[in-house]
Amino acid sequence: MAGNRDILLRVEHLTMRFGGLVAVDDLSFEARRGDITALIGPNGAGKTTVFNCITGFYKPHCGRIGLCHGNPALWSELDALTASGRRSTRRTDGALYQLERMPDFLVADQARVARTFQNMRLFPGMTVLENLLVAQHNPLMFASGYTLLGIFGLSSYRSAERAAIDKARHWLGRVGLLARADDPAGDLPYGDQRRLEIVRAMCTDPVLLCLDEPAAGLNPHESAELNALLLSIRDDCAVSILLIEHDMSVVMEISDRIVVLDYGVKIAEGTPTQVRDDTKVIAAYLGVADKDVAKVEAEVGL
Amino acid sequence: MQAAAPDWRSQVMRGLRDAALTTLIAFGLLLPLLGFQTVTDIRNQLILQTRFPLLFALTAAIGLLRLAYSLLLESRLERRAARPVAAAVPTRFDWRASAGKWFIPFGIGFVIAYPLVVLALYGRTGAVKWIDNFGIQILIYVMLGWGLNIVVGLAGLLDLGYVAFYAVGAYSYALLAKAFGLSFWILLPLAGCLASFWGLLLGFPVLRLRGDYLAIVTLAFGEIIRMILINWVALTNGYAGIGGIPRPTFFGIPFNADDNGFAATFGLEFFPIYRTIFLYYLILGLALLTAFVTVRLRRLPVGRAWEALREDEIACRALGINTTNTKLTAFAIGAMFAGFAGSFFAARQAFISPESFTFLESATILGIVVLGGMGSQIGVAIAAILMIGGTEILRQLDFLKDIFGRDFDPTQYRMLLFGLGMVLMMRWRPRGLITRRAPSVFLKERKSIAADLVKETLVKEGQV
Repeated sequence: MAGNRDILLRVEHLTMRFGGLVAVDDLSFEARRGDITALIGPNGAGKTTVFNCITGFYKPHCGRIGLCHGNPALWSELDALTASGRRSTRRTDGALYQLERMPDFLVADQARVARTFQNMRLFPGMTVLENLLVAQHNPLMFASGYTLLGIFGLSSYRSAERAAIDKARHWLGRVGLLARADDPAGDLPYGDQRRLEIVRAMCTDPVLLCLDEPAAGLNPHESAELNALLLSIRDDCAVSILLIEHDMSVVMEISDRIVVLDYGVKIAEGTPTQVRDDTKVIAAYLGVADKDVAKVEAEVGL
Repeated sequence: MQAAAPDWRSQVMRGLRDAALTTLIAFGLLLPLLGFQTVTDIRNQLILQTRFPLLFALTAAIGLLRLAYSLLLESRLERRAARPVAAAVPTRFDWRASAGKWFIPFGIGFVIAYPLVVLALYGRTGAVKWIDNFGIQILIYVMLGWGLNIVVGLAGLLDLGYVAFYAVGAYSYALLAKAFGLSFWILLPLAGCLASFWGLLLGFPVLRLRGDYLAIVTLAFGEIIRMILINWVALTNGYAGIGGIPRPTFFGIPFNADDNGFAATFGLEFFPIYRTIFLYYLILGLALLTAFVTVRLRRLPVGRAWEALREDEIACRALGINTTNTKLTAFAIGAMFAGFAGSFFAARQAFISPESFTFLESATILGIVVLGGMGSQIGVAIAAILMIGGTEILRQLDFLKDIFGRDFDPTQYRMLLFGLGMVLMMRWRPRGLITRRAPSVFLKERKSIAADLVKETLVKEGQV
């Protein structure tokens, strides 16, 4: 543990059970600010469950998930926050949240954790632009005076809506979807829908973007475009990314750190090169015991 | 040509087989329905009569129609289906777009001019029926349809107990007006508030339910309200209902034959039609208010959140939308408009009883929304005109008695025709009359969205 300096998200002793099945078992890891942290592992390793715990869709049985906005010195107050039973500590220079105590929509709204889904969840019957405006619901709701002022067509709301449309236009231009802004989201090709879901999440102004298999079903060219998009999100927008991915060309190229899960347990953690050479990781992916890795590798000619 | 002859013969054979099957089914269905009739004789005993000539005539007619359909229409429809359709689409779409442009102003102009036109055509006594039975009655249902459209069409929450809020509005007006003598204009917003309060009350326990389960709970809620109205006799007078409800006044001037009445004040001869016309414009104003507010809400974040909720609730939560509040506002605003309509109904009838708020009313309103195309306001208005106006027209078809005999009552066939209409709709327009969704905001051009992309409340439900 390299101190609290750059840590954005801290998952500690996370455990989630479904009946007798332990989906995530005593998992601890950290995501640093400005990093792309990848969460990888074989199918059924519990990666999506971790995502659902972080974003508030599941309530974990044990463990704590801390998220810090602003000044990293706030991390020292995490134990006090846990003891107090409250959801968050807010100060002028930042805020500290305990995500497992918050309902899903507050995780997105207050803690600013945005997510995408493994099998996309767009609003197919609404246009691309409408999808991006729904993502800006909370600021727009505030600007419309919680509907009361907006219903009389006040100019303050109209300018807020124009700003929201401009933001949507900016993001659509960035992923090359500007020409399709007025088409229903369900009409877009698969790769465009994937990108739309990412920019929709970005329209919520997140500090942490959780992407669940964003490259699934993309061809190599589209994967390369996705890499460029994610790197630009990290570098230009200063948004940290937590990534679940099976496509190793994406994971190894853009990740700053990788956490490897198998059967709900963390088996490795480190930089892409460290993880690539880890026997435990190779064993998990090959589905054999550690000691047999050399034999299987020889068989398949590695 | 050589191949055509056996093809034609096989088609005739198939047609005959279908016709025979249809005749058999029709006979089986109609035998108990039409073949026998119970009649009370002079000694007040029930006796069974047979009506076989009618039965055979109808069965034969159905069989012949089926044969004609398979021989004449079916082959043509098949040929049309085989033909490529790509070329025809753009022209048809243009026609619709231009029709949509003039439809709304024309429609609003027509409903505003309607009472005056009828007045000119039928005179001051004859026009009452046309304004009251057609105008007011249809507009009440248009308004209820638009109100329910918010809950079902936009937010995607299937509500089978909508009439409960209508009842709350009606009883609020009736009881408060009789007990405290408050005027219609004070009680109208109050009834709306009370109804939306009950909308919130219903909303809380059903927040986690969707689809079928939500429908069952709302159905039960509607029945609970009706049972309370029946059984709390001390307050509601039970089945006997509440009579003598004060009528709305023209901003303080009553519609009666007195010296300070409406006719005398404006120097007119007294006619009951003045009140009818006033009520017509009142409900028209309320209905247009409903439409206006809905149109506005759709373009506000709350309306977009409703539609997003219908499309995907989980995605909404991931985007930070408080789905609880969003659903409650949909319930409350939908209920508020039902409350307005209810208090208008009580003021118009001057008598209300639980009989007016049965499940059939909820089903009719939901039928209007489904028939119109969920989420479409024009569609809902057209559907209300078809369903309620159609029922009223059946009452006016006296000339049919000359054809079918004096006992023939066309209104008895209301449900039969209603059912037939629903079957035809499900066959040809399963998503309602107007199915395309207009986006709430656009960057360059407003393109309407095909129905197959838009999530529907009645299908594809149940998950999550």
